[in-house]
Amino acid sequence: MQQEVVLALLAKEPSHGYQLRARLVQALGPLGDAMNAGQIYVTLGRLEKAGLVACEQAAGVADRPDRKVYALTAAGQQRVAGWLSEVSWPKPDLAEFHLKLIAAAAARLADPVAMVDAQRRELLRRLRDAQRAAMAEPGRSDAGLLLEGIVLRLQADLRWLEACERNWTGRKDQP
Amino acid sequence: MSDAGTTMSSTASTSMLCARGLRKEYGKEAGLVRAVDEVDLDVAQAETVAIMGPSGCGKSTLLHLLGGLDRPSAGELWLAGQRIDGMSERALARLRREAIGFVFQAFHLMDELTAVENVELPALLAGRSPRAARRRAIGLLERVGLADRAKFLPSALSGGQRQRAAIARALANDPLVVLADEPTGNLDSEATLDVLRLFDTLHAAGQTLVVVTHDSRIAATADRLITMRDGAFIDETRLTGGTTGQLSALAGLDG
Repeated sequence: MQQEVVLALLAKEPSHGYQLRARLVQALGPLGDAMNAGQIYVTLGRLEKAGLVACEQAAGVADRPDRKVYALTAAGQQRVAGWLSEVSWPKPDLAEFHLKLIAAAAARLADPVAMVDAQRRELLRRLRDAQRAAMAEPGRSDAGLLLEGIVLRLQADLRWLEACERNWTGRKDQP
Repeated sequence: MSDAGTTMSSTASTSMLCARGLRKEYGKEAGLVRAVDEVDLDVAQAETVAIMGPSGCGKSTLLHLLGGLDRPSAGELWLAGQRIDGMSERALARLRREAIGFVFQAFHLMDELTAVENVELPALLAGRSPRAARRRAIGLLERVGLADRAKFLPSALSGGQRQRAAIARALANDPLVVLADEPTGNLDSEATLDVLRLFDTLHAAGQTLVVVTHDSRIAATADRLITMRDGAFIDETRLTGGTTGQLSALAGLDG
């Protein structure tokens, strides 16, 4: 789990680790299932070492991680503010597949159209999974919104594959 | 998809919908266009089949042939073991009314009738009593989540609600097969999800469904996906089976 995500969740109020985890699971829905319980404590431990988070032991209980209450330090607050104002977006990884098609066609090693078909089948399976998860979400849930994003991206990829197919179908007889 | 002829009668009797060498031509001589070119198709009972392809590939024409809205130039067509391509116009009209449910991109609801009147219409035309038709229509509107909109005119419904009413209407006579032509073509993302959910419940209830679509979201929920180009089937994919388990990675979560 990205450290900034955990930090930003703490900006609302000082919390126990399990409370943060519950909020993450709520926001991610079925995508949060894979997240293991210990992960958030590992991240909190690192943040504490870095001085971004301070932690208080709840009174009367021995050294159990789920009894600690974590809060942002001033440095932590600054980091959260910086992170929220950052513009970042994952780079789409299209060039690799594009170059794969070009190399395969040039060397006559494989039929680019067949490669596009195989890729499409894989994307459709993923779309099916994302769609099923989205359909299982109640309307307008936070997790549903994330799943919609996944669905829309897969649709965009599938449309690009259609363009690839049109292009390579026309060029089949060329070296 | 090439085993025409010899195995036809046995397949035709087990498939809900079966086409052999189905063809539709327009124009003549040099101007001849084969909108549907020797298509063989078997749709099993309770199966959902999606047919995808670019505009003009012949997929809508094929759906019209399958539903008896249009006559093939050649080929054979069977519905639940009954040969339908040579039927009289009168018998075909009756078949369309009672055994096939249609869903269109533009909904095709009657503007001057309320939702419940639209939904009960096919049952009335099939000779059901007004009371039975109404009862069935109300049940169907409940099923598609529109019970509280029964007395609304289509103009007072959202696009997604109109399409759900149209799907309820398609089910009015408990059809053997539902044929849908771009059912989400006019819908936004959320309304599309409602229609997908609805198709999913139909599928679970054993409804046979053939959907022609551009929309990869619908295609991804089908049991089988057929790709069509220039009037012919060029690819077929079965999408059922285990999940990829990669959803988290797709969202940028690395476990």
